[in-house]
Amino acid sequence: MSRHHDRAEERLGWLLCSPAVLAMLLVTAYPILYAVWLSLFRYDLRFPDERAFVGLANYASVLTSPLWWESLANTLIITLGSVALELVLGMLLALVMHRVLFLRRTVRASVLVPYAIITVVAALAWKFAFDPVTGFVNPWLGVERAWLAERWSAFLVIILTEVWKTTPFMALLLLAGLTLVPQDLLDAARVDGANAPQRFFRVTLPLMKNAVLVALLFRTLDAFRIFDTVSVQTGGAQGTETVSIVGYHALVTRLNLGLGAAVSVLIFGCVVGIAALFVRGFGASFAAGERS
Amino acid sequence: MSQHPGLLDTLFWRAGSLLVIGYALLPVAWVVSLSLKSAADLNDGRFIPRRISLEHYRAIFADAQFPAALWNSIGIAGIATLLSVLLAMLAAYAIVRLRFRGRQLVLAAALSIAMFPPVTVIGPLFELWRNLGLYDTWLGLILPYMTFTLPLAIWTLAAFFREIPWELDQAARVDGATPLQAFRYVILPLAAPGAFTAAILVFIFAWNDFLFASALTSTSAARTVPAAIALFTGSSRFELPTGAIAAASVVVTLPVTLLVLLFQRRIVTGLTAGAVKG
Repeated sequence: MSRHHDRAEERLGWLLCSPAVLAMLLVTAYPILYAVWLSLFRYDLRFPDERAFVGLANYASVLTSPLWWESLANTLIITLGSVALELVLGMLLALVMHRVLFLRRTVRASVLVPYAIITVVAALAWKFAFDPVTGFVNPWLGVERAWLAERWSAFLVIILTEVWKTTPFMALLLLAGLTLVPQDLLDAARVDGANAPQRFFRVTLPLMKNAVLVALLFRTLDAFRIFDTVSVQTGGAQGTETVSIVGYHALVTRLNLGLGAAVSVLIFGCVVGIAALFVRGFGASFAAGERS
Repeated sequence: MSQHPGLLDTLFWRAGSLLVIGYALLPVAWVVSLSLKSAADLNDGRFIPRRISLEHYRAIFADAQFPAALWNSIGIAGIATLLSVLLAMLAAYAIVRLRFRGRQLVLAAALSIAMFPPVTVIGPLFELWRNLGLYDTWLGLILPYMTFTLPLAIWTLAAFFREIPWELDQAARVDGATPLQAFRYVILPLAAPGAFTAAILVFIFAWNDFLFASALTSTSAARTVPAAIALFTGSSRFELPTGAIAAASVVVTLPVTLLVLLFQRRIVTGLTAGAVKG
């Protein structure tokens, strides 16, 4: 009887999950395998007749091209710059949201505004703000500067846009971790004479380690695939091309499916590598957090 | 001591909250300001417009491109949201309520897709969709949006489902209801708030997407707002029609922002539930 019941439950479980699983297989697993397959061919949609198996030649030409390494470096600069800033700013935001009673609802609501705004719109808003003709940033700072026409200042604008748009998400994840820190522990530390920074670094931070790690993992992987902001603000000019932009141009602009697929597979490999680094870095603490 | 915070302390946190509000709203105010400037004032570099003009709003709705993109965005994001939440509800119910091998597998698959770089599938989808006739169609965007939002929807719904008083479900089962009936008549009404939260999050994702929209569409048959705005061109190829872009941005930003502000508490719960309770 119970075995029959178990089998029915098993079948129903799979039945209910199958539409979601099928969709995920169809739109992600199958295309990634297809990308691996395509990456082994010389396959340019502009010259479809020249399609031929070339083995790993596409990977060789990507990995020996300075463009790939430069775009990988650019992507890492943007990822590290924005995630580091977001962690600090997001923690401050979370602390303000946690502590503050003044205008509490307004603060919490306004923080969601950047999250709700389309990335392309946010990127254009900041682009216009820094524009030497239209923008208000140059008059406010009293400088004359074409921010997006130069590599490092363009990175600055791109990182600023990313930070503005995604810090609220980081802050909300951190806030959720912050609310799990028991108040009596903080009170005990206060009684023992710990000052505010000591309470934060010695009590709060260690206790919310999991929340910090999860937030960092999500945002790092998200930042690594940055496309919208760079595409809108510089289009990859001034040496700001990221790996996603390189892949996109190879595939969609130049219709070189073989080469583009090789870039895609390499990006996928990078993301898996980053995720693996995080998981290994957290070790048991992350795994335990995931399971509970 | 925490009951009687010092004046300095209070001022510090109050200044902090004002800073936060300013930080969040500055670029929004800037775009609204740009959209209301007349064409002649666009380049005056002032943050507050000298005169208010609605000419850019009239211009974008007079042109056929923008209304078409708006309609595509609403339709595609709406349908993708419905499908994603529906499939995710079934899966999340099974994950929370039923014991079956592969539960962890489904959750792990969902998690790995959440971390998946979408640019990886752009090429294969581009090729596949052209062969299947899905290129530049609504369905061609609905499918990827639905799939890439499934993890978010499943995790959010699973977190909500864990909070539901399941004794009711068991009572219905004891009374002779099949698991499916218990789901339909007992759990569905209780799960509605979670489904609604998941729906908002999914809708925002689909509404926001630029990568798929620009790679898998080519005309206003399916081009959504983010792709359309990025493709707006001025009188010359190199001149951005700043005013029109700003007006279009305000039009697509206001409804979603209102939605988010109205349901802020649920969204915060939804965004953090999956990640923290995991």
